[in-house]
Amino acid sequence: MMKSHTLRRLAETIVAALTIGAPLAAIAQTAGAGAPTKIDSGDTAWMLTSSLLVLMMTIPGLALFYAGMVRKKNILATLAQSFGATAVITIVWMVVGYSIAFTGSGAFIGDFKYILLAPMGLNSVSPLAPTIPETVYMMFQMTFAIITPALIAGALADRMKYSAFLLFMAAWLVLVYCPIAHWVWGGGWLGAKGALDYAGGTVVHLNAGTAGLITALMLGKRKGLGTENMAPHNLAYSVIGASLLWVGWFGFNAGSALTSNVNAGMAMVATQIATAAAALSWMAAEWIIAKKPSVLGMVSGAVAGLVAITPASGFVDPRGALVIGVAAGIVCYIAAVHVKKMIGYDDSLDCWGVHGVGGALGAIMTGMFASKAINPSGAPKGGWLIDGNIGQMVLQFEDVGAVFAYCAAVTFLILLVLKYTIGIRVSDEVEMEGLDINLHGEVVHG
Amino acid sequence: MKMIVAVVKPFKLDDVREALVAAGVEGLTVSEVKGYGRQKGQTEIYRGAEYQVNFVPKVKLEAVVDDAEVAGAIEAIRAAAATGKIGDGKIFVLDVEGAVRIRTGENGSAAL
Repeated sequence: MMKSHTLRRLAETIVAALTIGAPLAAIAQTAGAGAPTKIDSGDTAWMLTSSLLVLMMTIPGLALFYAGMVRKKNILATLAQSFGATAVITIVWMVVGYSIAFTGSGAFIGDFKYILLAPMGLNSVSPLAPTIPETVYMMFQMTFAIITPALIAGALADRMKYSAFLLFMAAWLVLVYCPIAHWVWGGGWLGAKGALDYAGGTVVHLNAGTAGLITALMLGKRKGLGTENMAPHNLAYSVIGASLLWVGWFGFNAGSALTSNVNAGMAMVATQIATAAAALSWMAAEWIIAKKPSVLGMVSGAVAGLVAITPASGFVDPRGALVIGVAAGIVCYIAAVHVKKMIGYDDSLDCWGVHGVGGALGAIMTGMFASKAINPSGAPKGGWLIDGNIGQMVLQFEDVGAVFAYCAAVTFLILLVLKYTIGIRVSDEVEMEGLDINLHGEVVHG
Repeated sequence: MKMIVAVVKPFKLDDVREALVAAGVEGLTVSEVKGYGRQKGQTEIYRGAEYQVNFVPKVKLEAVVDDAEVAGAIEAIRAAAATGKIGDGKIFVLDVEGAVRIRTGENGSAAL
């Protein structure tokens, strides 16, 4: 006769197996399908923490980073873009975003069974993260879904209607971010082929950067660009914001290990080294070319390093991270400062120059420096320079190309619809007088 | 009565204030202003975007004194505020028609 607590443990195990059995059966190509999984409290504790760190990257990290760079009359409106996007994306993710991105077994999108997160119960576990509760996995992915569209605000600063902005956030999440996340991370075709993107160099940064470029072109230049003084109102906010981004990014990269283990540790190291290297290489480039190392430059360099190491963080060793960082600082400095000036588009806060270019660069350098010794399960064939796998370069270019092309096309269509229905740009008077007072009825005094 | 208006470099404010107190001037109004004379502004650069800032931050002092004290006050200000470099500022003297102390209603010199 079994003791009552043994009987209860047996019953719980059976119930747990039944609960996770259904989603496991639906997904064919996940490691461990059908095997019973155990919630690991160390993994869960880390992933709970990582979710908070990544959320902090948007509010207030990105919010302050951007707001400090705009003129005083637009500070509140810029903060409202990050804050409002956070709220909107949270709900849309719950309603349909998570379902499309991270459930089901389609090559291009998931399925719609997780509408309103209905099947997600207390004990649910996603096969994509088998040692943590699905609630935590869903939340972690939500914070990525929040920051990606929020990044686009950098390109549309100072001139977009708030109503159009919020609708754009929701539509872009569902039509651009969720499919691409599914392609690379959710069981879709790019991940299945073997493209490597550890924490979102293409899914997040190239994606947002491309959307930023399209948005900047469709909105048109700010009035007075080139003649009016558009100097940043308070770069101290931008330094605070960039610092919060740097610290929070450990949740972004090391958290993408989805476990609290050796991969997380190496990802953290790679992130720190690349970021510091990029801050210094941007600073050096600027010191030589513009004669002074600016504070805006050094924080921008750090962000460029963070962006570029993102796809590589779980696949490279410290030396690879160092090279990626040095390259990112210099390449993004040239892209954001010199190429932008030459071509003349108004990507106000360098969404494309830092995130687009940095993300693409990082994705390609991931193919160069990935090492199967660093991540044998995630990159079993390794990369080009260390493991001789030149085929990885092809996959990385495919990833970059597919994300760029799809994002550009669909972003363009979304904005086209918004432009010819509710309109996307504020009037000239509103733009001259300022967004804070006109869109939100508030100003910053003093 | 005369109003002495002086525009000086901001870091000189304390020196000027002390010099005026020593010269017997008991009241002062100070405001933060921007301006230029022969001193040209600075160039600021943000990610490659250059902005020529024409106005330089200054501090404006206003003090109303009896006619007899004007020369002493001007010399006190000038000695304390001078650095010898372009941008030291200027001192102006304006005629004042009347003055009233709000608390007591006193008029003229008694109000100063």
